Amino acid sequence: MNWLFKHRFLISRRFVQLSLILLYGAANWWGLKVLQGNLGSSSIMGKIPLSDPYAVIQMSAAGAILGFNALLGALIIAVFYAVFGGRAFCSWVCPVNMVTDAANWLRRLLRFDEAERKVWMSRNIRYWILGLSIPLSFILGIAAFELISPIGILSRGLIYGMGFGSAVIISVFLFDLFAIKNGFCGHICPLGGFYSLLGRFSIFRVKHDQQKCTLCMKCVNICPERQVLSMVGKKSEFVTNTECTNCGRCVEVCDDDALNFNIRAFKKANKE
Amino acid sequence: MNNESQEVKAPLSERRKFIIQTLQGVGLAALGAVTWSAYATHAKASPLVLRPPGAIQEEDFLAKCIRCGLCVQACPFDTLKLAKAEDQIAIGTPYFKPRSIPCYMCKDIPCVPPCPTGALNSSLVSMAKENGAKTLDINMSRMGIATIDSDQCIAFWGIQCDACYRACPLLGTAIVVDHTRNDRTGKHAFLAPRVMADACTGCGLCEKACVTEKPSIIVLPLSVAKGKAGKGYIKGWDEADEKRMLEDTEKSVPTTTTTPQSSKKAVDYLNNGDL
Repeated sequence: MNWLFKHRFLISRRFVQLSLILLYGAANWWGLKVLQGNLGSSSIMGKIPLSDPYAVIQMSAAGAILGFNALLGALIIAVFYAVFGGRAFCSWVCPVNMVTDAANWLRRLLRFDEAERKVWMSRNIRYWILGLSIPLSFILGIAAFELISPIGILSRGLIYGMGFGSAVIISVFLFDLFAIKNGFCGHICPLGGFYSLLGRFSIFRVKHDQQKCTLCMKCVNICPERQVLSMVGKKSEFVTNTECTNCGRCVEVCDDDALNFNIRAFKKANKE
Repeated sequence: MNNESQEVKAPLSERRKFIIQTLQGVGLAALGAVTWSAYATHAKASPLVLRPPGAIQEEDFLAKCIRCGLCVQACPFDTLKLAKAEDQIAIGTPYFKPRSIPCYMCKDIPCVPPCPTGALNSSLVSMAKENGAKTLDINMSRMGIATIDSDQCIAFWGIQCDACYRACPLLGTAIVVDHTRNDRTGKHAFLAPRVMADACTGCGLCEKACVTEKPSIIVLPLSVAKGKAGKGYIKGWDEADEKRMLEDTEKSVPTTTTTPQSSKKAVDYLNNGDL
């Protein structure tokens, strides 16, 4: 029971991630028309369109005048994450998260961190790739990141069959496992970078309570974007760094109730 | 002397550090961009791919397809597939291979309306009725065009086979059979199939039906299979084609050059000239 409580967000996230794939799959395999399409673009009950705003931006840069449904779908998704979710796509929806989390779990289990040579890589590479993808789409006339996106490869693969795409996913797994901790999701992936920028002012955030903190650092050790927890043990405040994926692992592992999800307060609290 | 001058080197200004660090990123980005676009250019170049009915031109299609697979899910015959990494087709885009599963030409074309981006355009496969309403007409689709290898097609050898002709959903319109005398036997006929370019939809039922080991009739994309006569050649006996000439001349800039000499009329030369 305690284990369940200690993994409540992890279990919910896996439930959401797997249900989405199952619903997409059910539409393809059995014709169940609840959620059709895939993470690129989909349709709820054949009526409400949803689409990936980053893909839509790349395609527009490539010179495509897109249909109304694609644009409306992108707007719905963009507003949802901008207002509520922040970067929650990465930890609650994206299937690659399950792959890289598995790599991370093995890393902790086998204590790779203690032995391996550190390879430094900037966490800002994702923004460079994000920035590059737009002019490249324009020059090449095709959505540049969508051609190589492991997210697209995995989300399509699980629904329509992986083929050689599994090699791409295995390489992402091995990269995260052996080369760099959180290498893909935390450094390279421009979609994560996109949602970081988009979710800048989103309202669901983790809040740290410094009074309760015992500085055990379990939260920082488990966090896939540990730079966002810079205030732990120092200040009581919201995690406002937009690279936080709202995965909730820090909330779960905290034994002192010093971290919790909350609605962000934009007005600064009066100083005493 | 040298050592002294090194000691007095001023520390780099913050601005200079910032510029240097940015340039480091630029250097990496340049290498990345070249690798990335080399791959993308390669991945784009798949000229032999057949797209679903109503697909816009390949170049625009590549820009407009969001790879959602709604067309694939709508296809009741599992004809359409999304390209996988090993397929040599821009990854995630829909295509079909007629020899495995051809397009069975559903009357209601279920694959086209779900497309959210317009990469599949229903106006390309709909007929305007008299009252202005549009109805879907699969026979308008141009997924490709069937082409025959008359060297390997056994009907051209004189063996009786009309598998493609019988399989064609536009039997007698998109594929016709030409009867010619077989001089080798003196008493048989060649029943040679011929594809009519103005009617063939590229559904590939013929390719699926072909009896030769490797199909002797295959569907090729229009951009690959079709030639273009160009402006230089007009069917003078065909009024519709003559209009093509007029359209072209209206659009083009007049090519008559006027010089001081040519602006004068020949009559003036005779009347006022130095004769």
